[in-house]
Amino acid sequence: MTLAHGSGGKATQALVQAVFVEAFHNPRLDPLEDGAVLEVPETATNGRPRLAYTTDSFVVSPLFFPGGCIGDLAVNGTVNDLAACGAQPLALSASFIIEEGLALADLRRIAQAMAKAARAAGTEVATGDTKVVQRGKADGCFITTSGVGAVHPGARLSIANARPGDRVIVSGPVGDHGATVMLARGELGISAQVASDTAPLNGLVAALLDEAAAGTHALRDPTRGGLATVLNEVAAASGVGVVLDEAAIPVRTAVRGACELLGIDPLYVACEGRMVAVVAPDLADRALAAMRAHPLGAEATVVGEVTAEPAGMVLEKTAFGGTRVVDMLSGDPLPRIC
Amino acid sequence: MCLGIPCQVDEVAADQPQTAWVDVGGARRKVSIALLDDEQVVPGDWVLVHVGFALCKLDEAEAQATLELLEGMAKAYQDELAALARSDIA
Amino acid sequence: MRFVDEYRDPAKARALARQIASLCEPGRTYKLMEVCGGHTHTIYKHGLEAYLPEAVSLVHGPGCPVCVIPMGRVDDAIAIASQPGVTMATFGDLMRVPGRRGSFLDAKAKGADIRMVYSPLDALRLARELPDRQVVFMAIGFETTAPSTAVTVLRAQAEGVRNFSVFCNHVTIIPPLRAILSSAEVALDGFIGPGHVSAVIGCRPYEVIAREHQKPVVVTGFEPLDVLQAVYMLMRQLSERRAAVENQYSRVVSWEGNPAALQVIDQTMELRPSFEWRGLGDIPYSALKLRSRYAAFDAEERFEVPGARVADPRACQCGQVLRGLIQPWQCRVFAKACTPERPIGTCMVSSEGACAAYYNFGRRHRQAQKAGQR
Repeated sequence: MTLAHGSGGKATQALVQAVFVEAFHNPRLDPLEDGAVLEVPETATNGRPRLAYTTDSFVVSPLFFPGGCIGDLAVNGTVNDLAACGAQPLALSASFIIEEGLALADLRRIAQAMAKAARAAGTEVATGDTKVVQRGKADGCFITTSGVGAVHPGARLSIANARPGDRVIVSGPVGDHGATVMLARGELGISAQVASDTAPLNGLVAALLDEAAAGTHALRDPTRGGLATVLNEVAAASGVGVVLDEAAIPVRTAVRGACELLGIDPLYVACEGRMVAVVAPDLADRALAAMRAHPLGAEATVVGEVTAEPAGMVLEKTAFGGTRVVDMLSGDPLPRIC
Repeated sequence: MCLGIPCQVDEVAADQPQTAWVDVGGARRKVSIALLDDEQVVPGDWVLVHVGFALCKLDEAEAQATLELLEGMAKAYQDELAALARSDIA
Repeated sequence: MRFVDEYRDPAKARALARQIASLCEPGRTYKLMEVCGGHTHTIYKHGLEAYLPEAVSLVHGPGCPVCVIPMGRVDDAIAIASQPGVTMATFGDLMRVPGRRGSFLDAKAKGADIRMVYSPLDALRLARELPDRQVVFMAIGFETTAPSTAVTVLRAQAEGVRNFSVFCNHVTIIPPLRAILSSAEVALDGFIGPGHVSAVIGCRPYEVIAREHQKPVVVTGFEPLDVLQAVYMLMRQLSERRAAVENQYSRVVSWEGNPAALQVIDQTMELRPSFEWRGLGDIPYSALKLRSRYAAFDAEERFEVPGARVADPRACQCGQVLRGLIQPWQCRVFAKACTPERPIGTCMVSSEGACAAYYNFGRRHRQAQKAGQR
């Protein structure tokens, strides 16, 4: 990549055609208008649906890792934030800030991965932007995506909606993505059969809401900060407690091993393809069944319960029989030797 | 300084001196076995790893002995609980 | 996971808890000091105190090698790291420890090249990969970690790596324990001895504590059942009026320790006549420095360090926590002015410091207790 590619002239046009239009290719994007005009479909019963709107930036290093690349995260991350609002994506935007010197082949790989991920989620990149900055000013490539989605008519979701008695369900094993990226950086000399869990969860969420929308109080994807952080946010916003069952929390053996070696708690390690659902007790079984019926929710499991006390705190019943507090992290989980 | 993890030796490096690959639950790491100078390290051995060094070998016999002791206590406790339950006057 | 899961069985825990309770003499309370940060971590992470009777309390000692580093030494390290051309390699535990003008993380944000490593060998590798940089390894830890630093220095020498040096802050375990016992400020009944330090030094060094201070010492592993079993063994000794050194962690620790590790420490390092310990003041022959024949690898020889003594902030009571005088929640600034986000002292910052461990894991227990008292 050279600075000329970002200047807006012929080099930029050529790049956009060769890489982005080539990969994303769809009627809304191809004319390369300033923006994409969206048709919002009416629903069968409710007229025009509510819209969800979200944005995220992706700065992961390394750009490529087992299980995916920054492009997968960029698309799935935004699709999943829309899904956490109970929404199916209508369109995505993608803005690239590219470092001078990035190999064109790498950019192409990223764009192709994004196109594939968008297709898997039943959506597409409808508009975008490209900038190039000097060597050293970006870590290879930064991507900002935004997404607009149509909210499921039955969805009443908020992290402030958790009620005592609700079940906390997680759609699959936690910590895969964070562990993978930590090891992929190569500085810690540990290798393991781990791969990022990056995946679009809108299909899973649709299945869940079709079955149990009335009882699904909150949805959240546990990215940075992991399961522990998301549950602390729910506990604080809803003024409730959350009690986790350590033995029930699914963690892949290889992830557990890597975390043990590093002295990091998997509860705080990021996921990129998991959804946490807080569901009323009378609908929890049906919610779980609906999630398990979906390929991305096959390992869904109940990991805890919402309680009245202690308000705003997350506790964990340890496999050993004691109780510990699962606090919010102060910063990144740092590997410890002690 | 405490974080010592029991790891199983996967492979002793043929080309690098005093080096082995260890495994814990599928995570693999290169460690130095320089501190186990006097001992023979073979694949299958369990070692305690701290900051990239194997500090010592784990003694499986001792591990078993400790567990049996604890098991014995647990059993004695269970027997007592059972006896207590049986002796309850309904 | 083998050698881990078997030592987390709650059924065995209940049996041990009952045995411990049965050994409590009526009207007597027991204070057992667990020395090692890893034990503090285990106790809180698994909610172990739920298994102990009211009469038995666990007190946290000075076994956190990060916590006991005085602010002045942190400043020294940051001064080295901030020099042009220097790349400092450090363990993650140290990144957030506050010096007078911020932590390593703060210094990194200001442009110092500070990198996190898992092993001193990673730091040596960095030195090979960055021949134009001066790579300094921030060496901390008790006798558990000193052998690893020692082997790394010998490797650097054998390979002729010239741009590598070590800022040595290794400390030894027996002197601070004796200092605490000699000060007689706390009535301690026994010690849960550090398991991994003992893998290196063996059990023999603790005999002086049993013999001269008449306190039982049980060298202990890090799984929750290990710690409970150690409490049981201490209580049994106390009930039998014995004071001896016992080895609970026999699957790892041998009585004589690791001779190769001890030899390599002795070859490369010697005891400093005196070293300042946070909260404990100066303790003679309690810390290690590189021997003069390895001066080429000694960061204190290669770089100018301020070497200032910095008093702890007035509000800080870390010293009293480290001496086992008060529990974290008894510190006047605990969870108020001093939190993991804005720590005043290292007991809160280091993830294995008593205060951080308690804040992260144990707050609930006290809340319930306090609620019960109202």
